[in-house]
Order: sequence, then C-alpha cells, then structure tokens
Amino acid sequence: MSQKLLLSAKEIDIILHRLACQLIENHTHFRDTVLIGVQPRGAFLADRIKQILVKDYQIENIELGYLDITFYRDDFRRGEKPLEANKTHIDFVVEDKRVVFIDDVLYTGRSIRAALTAVQSFGRPQEIELLTLIDRRFSRHLPIQPNYRGRQVDAINQEKVKVHWIENEGEDAVYLVSGL
Amino acid sequence: MSELSVNHLLGIKYLSKEDIDLIFETADHFKEVINRPIKKVPSLRDITIANLFFENSTRTRLSFELAEKRLSADVINFSAASSSVKKGETLIDTVNNILSMKVDMVVMRHPNPGAGVFLSKHVDASIINAGDGAHEHPTQALLDSYSIRERLGEVARKKVVIVGDILHSRVALSNIFALKLQGAEVKVCGPKTLIPKYIEKLGVKVETNLRKALNWCDIANMLRVQNERMEISYFPSTREYTQQFGVNKKLLDSLDKEIVIMHPGPINRGVEITSDVADSNQAIILDQVQNGVAVRMAVIYLLASKIKR
Repeated sequence: MSQKLLLSAKEIDIILHRLACQLIENHTHFRDTVLIGVQPRGAFLADRIKQILVKDYQIENIELGYLDITFYRDDFRRGEKPLEANKTHIDFVVEDKRVVFIDDVLYTGRSIRAALTAVQSFGRPQEIELLTLIDRRFSRHLPIQPNYRGRQVDAINQEKVKVHWIENEGEDAVYLVSGL
Repeated sequence: MSELSVNHLLGIKYLSKEDIDLIFETADHFKEVINRPIKKVPSLRDITIANLFFENSTRTRLSFELAEKRLSADVINFSAASSSVKKGETLIDTVNNILSMKVDMVVMRHPNPGAGVFLSKHVDASIINAGDGAHEHPTQALLDSYSIRERLGEVARKKVVIVGDILHSRVALSNIFALKLQGAEVKVCGPKTLIPKYIEKLGVKVETNLRKALNWCDIANMLRVQNERMEISYFPSTREYTQQFGVNKKLLDSLDKEIVIMHPGPINRGVEITSDVADSNQAIILDQVQNGVAVRMAVIYLLASKIKR
C-alpha cells in the first residue's frame, strides 16, 4: 500500500476559506439557508465550514445539521459487511429552505442520491446544493455534480481518497492511497 | 460488532448481551426516524414479511405491522380465525405455502410453546417469535428493557420486580432472561399458585408481599392475570387478588421512593393497577408502546440484513 499527499494542511485551509467565500457569495446572510453534513465523514467538513463562516466572516445564526443516510442506501444486503448507522441530528425544518449538502469526497454519487431521498423526510427544500472537498472526476454512477468543489482529482477505481481531519486523525491532509 | 449472532429471533435465551446492545443502538436511530415529519425509510423495499397470528393480538400485531411498513417492507397478514388452519392444515404446510409466494421473513404468534423454534428448523425464512404460548415474547422484553434504559439510563444493577401471573406469562420469562443478561436484579411477586415452582433456578427471588417488593425495586412491571389460560382457579377471587397484588396510588405514595411502573398491556384497570396509577407520571406504559415500534424496526432491520440475496 502506498499513499501520496494530495493536499497539505495549508492547502486545505486555503480551500476551505475559498469554499466559505463562495457560499457567502450565493447565500449572503444565510437566513433561509441550512447546512447539512452528510454522515459520517461530511460532518467534520461541515463543522469546519461553519466555524470559518462564524469566526472569520461573522455570520451568525447558521443552522447546521447532520444527516445519516444508512437506511436510504441502495446497497442494503449487497455488501460483505453490514451497514452501520450514524446519528441524524436535524433540529430544524428544511421546508422551503436552501439546503447545502456537505460531504468530504464525491465519488459515485450514490451517497448523495441517498441523502437527496433522506432529506425529504424533513420537508420539501426550496433547493439543494452540494459542497464537496474532493471531486473524483470520471467515476460517477449517477448524474450528480457539486456546486462548490475544493479540488478535482483523477483517480482510478482501485485507489482511495482519504481525508484526514485534525479532530479525528490528528492532522489535516488528503491522501491518495493505492494498492489496497 | 454490527451483526446479530442469530438468524432468527426465537427467544431472548438465544441472544447475547452484545446482540441486545446492537438492537438498542439501532433502535435509537429508528426512534429518531419515527419522530420525523415523514416516518419512513426505504431500507427493506425488497423484503416481504408475513405476519402469522394464530392467537389474538392487537398491540403486538399493529406494532409489528407499523414497524415493517416504516421500513418499506411488503407486508401480508394472516390470522388463524379466517384461515385453512381450521380445515386441518399443518403449521409447516401453512407456512411453506406462504413462503412459496416468495416471503423472506415470518413474524409468528402461536399458542404452542416452541412453535417458532420448530418452524425455524423446517422452513427457509427468518423467523421472529411474537409470542409462543407461555414460553417467550422476546420483542416485548426488548422494548421493556429499552424503556428502562431510556427512563433510568441503563438496565445494569437496576432492581426490577415482575408482579402478577408469572406462571402463564411469556412476558415474564423473556423479561427475566433479558434483565439478567443485562445485569439487573429481578424479583417476582404474586400469589404462590401463579409462581412456577422452579423459578429461582433462573436466578430470581420470590417475594409474596407486594409492599416489600415495591419498597425494594426501582421498576415494577405489572402483568395481567391471564384468565384465558387458566383452567382451574388459582386464587379465590379477583377482588382478593386486587387487594393483595394490585397497585394503587395510595400504596405508591406510601413508598420510600418513586418507582417506575410498567405494563405490557392490555391493562385490566382496577385489577392489577388502578387508573390513577396507569395514567400517572410514574407509569411509562405508553412510552413502552412507542418504543415497541422502534425496537421491532431494529430487530427486523438487523435480521433482514442477514438474509442472502
């Protein structure tokens, strides 16, 4: 197994600030906007984006929730391992809101497909956008594209893109892992 | 661990502590789901479940059916009263006929103890026991423990007294297995005639004085006297039973501490508990019913995830 550094902590920091600014450009005061981190890995990125919006750009009252998609996935009983659920925590209604899904890596698009179904349990949003740190180009199974992307990566199917966060893995970094 | 150790839920005695923990963690997620504006997830859309009820039931049947529908499973219902069982068909034939219509899972209530175990050995489907005679009612015990965990934080080290007709009660037996497995202390309380002779072999103590039992416990699980299962008289009269083993508000208020009151239903108001107790804040009877759906969703989901495609 070998791994190659795709993004360093500094590069990630710059990208997160850019993504936050792009969000502000489109959503200004975030009055009708809610951020939703897709569990489990999107939650870290969502927390960071919110932190930047609040601390560096003084945007207050940002609503952030976490959505678990386990029960909406299309591979139930298809994998070797059973699916493990995570916590959903959405204490607001998404009815008529502008929803921004936040996930770390966009790969086949199936997770986002599941999230699109899952979020409907909380109401009918006005629109849904997608923010992702890594967009794995050419590997989509579904017609889903991000509205905000950190970095586009060309990787073959045998490779894996791993996003590390200081809160979880002790460092901010993105690696391309091959030979798994 | 993220998988059950069993392929069927036939009784609590076949489960491990880890199985129960997994069921409860999964039920936590489903409890959140059933409190959403839209209470349904699509997980089991390719699973068909048959609910076979060879004995009367309201709560359990509705709870299972709701759990199945909230998971998007296809559901067929069957009750013995309106079936070919009356025409002399055997259990295996009945079930195999239903399974030949491509059913993946069977939820069964049956008057004979061991009916679920028997079925699991002879048919190719995942079986959930929804009560077999006076043997076990595993999902009831799971939702009871889940409700204790929800109200008091954990089940371990809690003192639980099961009051009433222990002899005819599958709820009592499954509860004893479940509570002991999770490290709770259990006593049973009731007329001597309604307490099985060797019950202490299960690691529970017998107390025939209700006041003493209530003063000892954190939780009292009040059972119904199952007149329909009694061929002989086990106590002189219902009035006398109520006087000795019925819980009323005055008795509860005279205890040293506030205990939690549970009841698996159906309640005979004025017999085992009075209305003011059943409707008080100390009673978690309706929480039990709500948790029943979440716990059954968890059991069905976890068993379904083990069914081969």
